[in-house]
Amino acid sequence: MTDRFPGVRFAAKRLLGAVLVLLVLSAALYALFYLVPGDPAQLACGERCSPAQVAQVRGQLGLDEPAFAQYLHFLQGLFAGRDYSAGTSLQHCAAPCLGLSHQNDQQVTTLILAGLPATASLAFGAMVVWLALGVGTGLLSALRRGGATERVLTVLTLAGTGTPVFILGLLLLMAVCAYLQWLPFPSYVPLSQDPEQWAWNMLLPWLTLGLFESAKYARLTRSSTLEVLAEDHIRTFRAYGVSERAVVTRHALRGALPPVIALSALDLGSMMGGAMLTEQLFGIPGLGRLLIESVRSVDLPVVVGVVLVIGTAVVLANALADVLYALADRRVVLS
Amino acid sequence: MTPEQPTGSAAEADPAPAESLIDVQGLTVDFPTGEETVRAVDDLSFRLTAGQALGIVGESGSGKSTVAAALLGLHRGTGARLTGTVRVGGIDVGTASVRELHRLRGGTAAMVFQDPLSSLDPYMAIGDQIAEVHRTHAPHVSRRSARERAVAVLDRVGIPDAARRSRSRPHEFSGGMRQRALIAMALACDPRVLVADEPTTALDVTVQAQILDLLHDLRTETGMGLVLVSHDLGVVAGSVEDMLVMRGGRAVERGPVGTVLSAPQRPYTRELLAAVPRVETRRVPVASTAVPSSASGGDVLLEAVEVRREFGRRKDRTVAVDGVSLTVAQGETLGVVGESGSGKTTLGRMLVRLLEPSGGSVRYGGRELTGIHSDLQMVFQDPVSSLNPRRSIGESVADPLRAAGTLTDAEITRRARELLERVGLDPRWYHRYPHEFSGGQRQRVGIARALAPGPKLVVCDEPVSALDVTTQAQVLDLLAELQRDLGLALVLIAHDLAVVRHASDRVVVMRQGTVVEEGPADTVYDAPQNPYTKALLAAVPVLDPAEAALRRAARRSADSGVLRAAAR
Repeated sequence: MTDRFPGVRFAAKRLLGAVLVLLVLSAALYALFYLVPGDPAQLACGERCSPAQVAQVRGQLGLDEPAFAQYLHFLQGLFAGRDYSAGTSLQHCAAPCLGLSHQNDQQVTTLILAGLPATASLAFGAMVVWLALGVGTGLLSALRRGGATERVLTVLTLAGTGTPVFILGLLLLMAVCAYLQWLPFPSYVPLSQDPEQWAWNMLLPWLTLGLFESAKYARLTRSSTLEVLAEDHIRTFRAYGVSERAVVTRHALRGALPPVIALSALDLGSMMGGAMLTEQLFGIPGLGRLLIESVRSVDLPVVVGVVLVIGTAVVLANALADVLYALADRRVVLS
Repeated sequence: MTPEQPTGSAAEADPAPAESLIDVQGLTVDFPTGEETVRAVDDLSFRLTAGQALGIVGESGSGKSTVAAALLGLHRGTGARLTGTVRVGGIDVGTASVRELHRLRGGTAAMVFQDPLSSLDPYMAIGDQIAEVHRTHAPHVSRRSARERAVAVLDRVGIPDAARRSRSRPHEFSGGMRQRALIAMALACDPRVLVADEPTTALDVTVQAQILDLLHDLRTETGMGLVLVSHDLGVVAGSVEDMLVMRGGRAVERGPVGTVLSAPQRPYTRELLAAVPRVETRRVPVASTAVPSSASGGDVLLEAVEVRREFGRRKDRTVAVDGVSLTVAQGETLGVVGESGSGKTTLGRMLVRLLEPSGGSVRYGGRELTGIHSDLQMVFQDPVSSLNPRRSIGESVADPLRAAGTLTDAEITRRARELLERVGLDPRWYHRYPHEFSGGQRQRVGIARALAPGPKLVVCDEPVSALDVTTQAQVLDLLAELQRDLGLALVLIAHDLAVVRHASDRVVVMRQGTVVEEGPADTVYDAPQNPYTKALLAAVPVLDPAEAALRRAARRSADSGVLRAAAR
């Protein structure tokens, strides 16, 4: 009450925290990279390079500098941009510069921006699926507690959590595309190119990821609904003749949803770094695939870039979850 | 099925008038649990004519709340088995359709619950909750006029600035305001009878008086009936015309409240009445032989000098105890009374150094205390949560002895058994666990544990507030006996003024972290000097209905004065 601008103060605190977290994350990645076996210069140059050529590549990539200096250069690029000399040509990398890929000299920011739309379409679509399915079944099994419906739903959600996402995806692919032939095998079409084709091709990935996640949400919704239904204030409204339907939708759900929202925001955040298995399985050119490929080729700038994007998304999602929580439950004070 | 007609009761003797608002005949409620069935209510019958008020009184487990819930059909769908008939406002609650039942709940009989914080939706503005309930019973009313109605009833129950406060959520209200809001919710439905289940148990004594006065005013104003369920005879005495005493699910005694309280017929009612500590009677001095128990006679054992305690930092800082000085003499009992938030528990913890004071000092035997001391022990309020549920009671008592490290294992076990016996428990129960015991027995275990290190002083923080009145008397007797035999000094912290008077030589009255009055118990109670002490004493419910009416009138005339100011 006394604080006039709780929102501003909260945002400032969170922003500062986020910057610190991301700096620590990038430093840790740099440190880790030097412990990993494999010589990036050798990998970038290729198997048949002579030691002299490898040394030249090493110089071009800046890998001959001490690790500390490399990190400082990275930071400088991040905040001020930097120039790269590749042989005779000079390439400028503008302010939030995450460096150049060791593999193909492309800017990491370009690579990430290319992968982001695919990853975002997968994550958001899957969230719609898991919220609808998870909250729906969770609520149903809470209201039908002790009945046959609940037992069936419990088994289904357990099976859902127990099935690895690639098995689930493969089963769906085989059933829908190969056996029933309802859909062609999906291939990614960008939303900007053809929205209809985009949706049809994303349908299976959404279902796969959404189904897999929805089991967890069903269990969470069920337990938090049951918890709220046992509270005294629910008894009050029942004792005043409020219909069971209104008691559930207006009072119980309101109390049961905040944890679901909070977890959704976190899951969404971590998926922004790519749901790797799903992307790999359906050939979606997203950040997950980019990360896997760059780890395989010890392409440090790309790895650091993608992980920083994941970190940023998680931190932002966390803050968003807190705000939503506080909006739903006014007893919570943002600090 | 024809319910058995109970005999020998005034309320039942004449045939029921047709307009009887509540008519309960041969009600039996069974709760099937795992192996056995618990009978909560056993063949209970009573009636309530429109506009009347009935008090249902009993100790915990007497089935009184189960009866209240049965009036609104709240047992439906819970697995409880009901036999007999419950008719409210002409509707048979047992056979009514869901629609009829929903109309009955709130529309005919509205419930006011014990804990006003948990009984309101924490996520919703209070005005919206009341409007929702109002619209349930008046479906054609627009949202806007339902909201206006909510503000009107909030204003009626005495919520200041009701239009603005109706947008607050429950956590922004004080305990008393929340209970007013719940009563406003009931009013919004225009019920013919209010069923209040322990409506003031969670409240301070001054707030309790305000809520009881409010209920009284609303009854005279609207003519609605009242079923008041309470464990507190004093609460019932001033608020109802007829009362029903329950025990083990059965009606023990019933009749006009004045008759039952002044000339109880049944032994249980007499026992119950005798156990109620009265704030107006003097303490019967414990025959103390060895130890002088007056303040002047004994040597000062413990001394607090200007102790202070703050919690939180900077903006959130609150001062719980603000410069309190007091002394406790050897063998005496110092009572500390105060309402919630007065700092009495914080003070008690500082006296035994469970909490470090932010300022001032605590001296024991002339030396400044720097940490916990085995001579100073504590008995806690909640006998359930203050014992480790995974340790047997004997081990709990033996723990302090083990910590001292001076005795062998065999000696420790023997001593623990002695202590159990000393507090009135069977030493063979050494290996039993807390959940096997009743509240009173658990509190005895807590006392035995405090006695284990052989203390000189024991701080008892609300030692009996979680206990039934008869158990309460037994535990207080035990404390007095131990004090006499062992020469203990006691600090008795309690919100119940009568309990403190009965057990204390001297009394300290606390308010907002400071001591407002201090002196010999009889002086403070019979001739209070501070206006706050006077207001506290005036708010204590009395057992005599006539006296209760007088006090209500006195409170009303002083409404704008002392009580209001003091209760704030």
